[in-house]
Amino acid sequence: MSKLGTLGHKLHRGEVSYDFVGKRKIWYGISILITIVAIVGLAVNGLKEGIEFSGGAVFNTPKTTMSVSDVQNKISGDTGGHDATVQKLGNGGVRIQVSGLSTDASKQSQQQIAQSLNMPKDKIDAEIVGPSWGKEISQKAFEGLIIFLVLVVVYLAIAFEWRMAVAALVALLHDLTITVGVYALVGFEVTPGTVIGLLTILGYSLYDTVVVFDGLKEASKDITKQSKFTYSDVANRSLNSTLVRSINTTVVALLPVAALLFIGGGILGAGMLNDIALALFVGLTAGAYSSIFIATPIVAEFKEREPRMKALRKRVLAKRAADAAKGEQGEPEDAVIDDADGIDGDEPEDGATAAAGVVGQRTQGAAAGTRPARNQPPGRGSRGSRNRPSGKRR
Amino acid sequence: MAAAKKGRRSSGSQGYPGRALAVILIALVALTGGIFLSGQRTPRLGIDLAGGVSITLQAKANQGSAVNKANMNTAVDIINRRVNGLGVSEAEVQTQGSKNIIVNIPKGTNADQAEKQVGTTAQLYFRQVLAQLPGTPTKPTPAPSGSATPTPSGSATPKSTATPKSTATSKSTATPSNSASPQGRAVTDALKSGTDKAPTPSPTAPVPTAPATGTTGSTAAADTSIPADLQAKLEKLDCTDPNQRATAVENNKAGEKVVACGQSGGQWIKYALGPSLIDGKRVTSANAAFDTQQGNGWVVNLTFDGSGSKQFTSVTGQLASQQTPNNQFAIDLDGDVQSAPSVSQALTGGSAQISGSFTQQSAEDLANVLKYGSLPLAFDIQDKTTVSAALGGEQLRGGLIAGAVGLALVVLYLVAYYRGLSLVALASLLVSAVLTYTLMCLLGSAIGFALNLPAVCGAIVAIGITADSFIVFFERIRDELRDGRSLQPAVARGWPRARRTILVSDFVSFLAAAVLFVVSVGKVQGFAFTLGLTTLLDVAVVFLFTKPLMTILATRPFFAKGHKWSGLNPESLGVRRAPLRSVRRKPSETKEA
Repeated sequence: MSKLGTLGHKLHRGEVSYDFVGKRKIWYGISILITIVAIVGLAVNGLKEGIEFSGGAVFNTPKTTMSVSDVQNKISGDTGGHDATVQKLGNGGVRIQVSGLSTDASKQSQQQIAQSLNMPKDKIDAEIVGPSWGKEISQKAFEGLIIFLVLVVVYLAIAFEWRMAVAALVALLHDLTITVGVYALVGFEVTPGTVIGLLTILGYSLYDTVVVFDGLKEASKDITKQSKFTYSDVANRSLNSTLVRSINTTVVALLPVAALLFIGGGILGAGMLNDIALALFVGLTAGAYSSIFIATPIVAEFKEREPRMKALRKRVLAKRAADAAKGEQGEPEDAVIDDADGIDGDEPEDGATAAAGVVGQRTQGAAAGTRPARNQPPGRGSRGSRNRPSGKRR
Repeated sequence: MAAAKKGRRSSGSQGYPGRALAVILIALVALTGGIFLSGQRTPRLGIDLAGGVSITLQAKANQGSAVNKANMNTAVDIINRRVNGLGVSEAEVQTQGSKNIIVNIPKGTNADQAEKQVGTTAQLYFRQVLAQLPGTPTKPTPAPSGSATPTPSGSATPKSTATPKSTATSKSTATPSNSASPQGRAVTDALKSGTDKAPTPSPTAPVPTAPATGTTGSTAAADTSIPADLQAKLEKLDCTDPNQRATAVENNKAGEKVVACGQSGGQWIKYALGPSLIDGKRVTSANAAFDTQQGNGWVVNLTFDGSGSKQFTSVTGQLASQQTPNNQFAIDLDGDVQSAPSVSQALTGGSAQISGSFTQQSAEDLANVLKYGSLPLAFDIQDKTTVSAALGGEQLRGGLIAGAVGLALVVLYLVAYYRGLSLVALASLLVSAVLTYTLMCLLGSAIGFALNLPAVCGAIVAIGITADSFIVFFERIRDELRDGRSLQPAVARGWPRARRTILVSDFVSFLAAAVLFVVSVGKVQGFAFTLGLTTLLDVAVVFLFTKPLMTILATRPFFAKGHKWSGLNPESLGVRRAPLRSVRRKPSETKEA
């Protein structure tokens, strides 16, 4: 534990930093590639609709002593590759519903089922059933989704800003596309469980993104009042300082789903558990990935186009050039370290005394100010590199 | 977040951790007590897990080409809403073949009630009463004309004319006059009421074939004549005979004059009715209520849409000017006359009331059925049978095992990473699990909430999502510790920010739930309900349990001094210098890494 804890500390202090924002082109590239694969898969394979959406055939057998799972095993080859739902009826008979069968195919299945179950064919009646998840449900769900997306973009635009709202939307669509694409590629039937899994992802993916944005907003509060870091640097720092939390939340969310997928898929074989768990697993992973690797870099990209941020970047670059000219002296670098903490906007007071915040905040950290005096000479060399914008480091 | 940030309870939970804990404790006890009292100790399971009852409806044969795909699909949608109004009951409705509809209802639902709900066509018409007679005894009192005996039919009217004064006063509506039950009594005190109003016109109705017309002649639309064949039918009709009633119902056509039966106060009354004046399609909402003012007992209140309320005003205006019984309008539901109040003046306001011999249940059923509109077709219940769970028990078992394994993994991870702090997280998870479970049990009996397999999976996933809030909080506290604070200030300072993050992100989840719940139908609505519920619980648990518990624990030496196993040991968090108040540790062998 303490390893991740220590890492957490270093990320918090900026001693270790991963360059998420700077390498955004790579992440975009990966995502675009996956998205294209997903869309192609969707276009080529299409989605296999379950009986709830497309209807299918229903077979009623006469009274039998076979159990539901017996029947299920015996008829598994008779359904033309479609999923079958088996229910025992009150009169002792069995009701078998098979998705996606046309009238002709259902006659053939009827014959085969009769053979498999060792019953006379005319005792099994076959009929076509309509969808229980009618067009109306899908349509209303879709309407609800659109309304929600509009509202959430408006809300995020107010709570944060429109750039973040747009980035969150892009990340969300990214997650949904990938999940749907995986369904098309794997060829699982889309059931109500799948739809519900997708909707769960919707909430979760946004939750993740919002948590990251919240940190980002806080970190960049006083960004224009300093000239050490560009917006991208700050965004990257903020991502890094919340990285442990992101890892933890993702792991904790994925563990139960992984258990579902493993037990549902590995032990029970195909079935509803599998359908849902797969949607969730893919979606949650994509959601965690996109909130860090897609959403935040997009925000940084937008922000850097703002005149204020352009000006900031100019100042920062000028300052860095100047610092570089000043050479290898240790002192100014420590000052920079303190600034870095200031930007994190740790203390609410910072807002009030912003100027102080930039220059030498962390009053009780004046303790920290005496850092050179404290007992870590070994740390200095390595810490010296800290002031270099993390964006440039790796 | 601006909105969310106006955190309501900044002081409350901050100041009195004990109080918040007491609140949640009381809630826990109350809910747990609730499930034991109600006897509903497990959540209701959906039809996929528990099986249930399957009802097969068949479109009645005499409807010709109306039995087509479009009408069948409309019927499926309407029935689905009737049995699944909130979307949480997990019922399934689908067509089978060309003229059947299968309705699957999970175990534990009242199947008889459901049967009534799905089978009722709910074609509602408002018709003018042309004549009315006691239900059975037409044969005994046949030919003799205007004599004393026929009076019963008319007798109802004086009673009802007495009531309309309230129609006038009750601003919002409608037809409080409970013609139905007075009529029941009317039979007994027939003579009295007959004498009350000397020119009882109704005696004319039964005997001479087309009399009533003469009396009115006032308004053009009202053709109150009774054709001879209808009159014959009316006289022959015996409302106590179910077969005859069924025939009457089957011949019930909106645009024609019809005969119909109605029951009130245990007595059958038969009516000759004019063509439909207002169609039930004009009803936009319906609800059951207990009428204390008029003493009508349970009634169903209807609200009309724009054109419906205009029609209603003009129709009641016309009726008011006529003689009894022609000033009565019958509320005809699927061929049964629910009540036939008389009207003394035009009723405005766009709403009406159906009174009759309703129980609470039957009033609520009727309101529910009317709310979602009438079926385009009439159905017979062809078959009703139990069905077993569609998913084998192993799927649920697998899901539960997976849940247990997942939970164990989460616990292991939290313990490994957060050590002592994980106790807070585990206690919070436990509280939230108990709250969720008890609420689901109680909602099972309260609103028919049923858990299907996707919902079970959702609950499993919710473990992780609920834990997220704790992690957000813990990481904040740790960040404060890393900045060199001691625990108590770290908790106090970390909380407002963690709170904001949690509220903003939970608000987004709740928004999703609320929008989907309002807009969508069926299973999506059920999902939205679960999502909203778990989100609210998440907020409640973090605010009322996790935070206060943390505040209290922060005063404990084990945590405050950053014991090695507390999960808050600054050293293992990587902080190199000890927090101000903590015990002197040996100058850290600074692990540099």
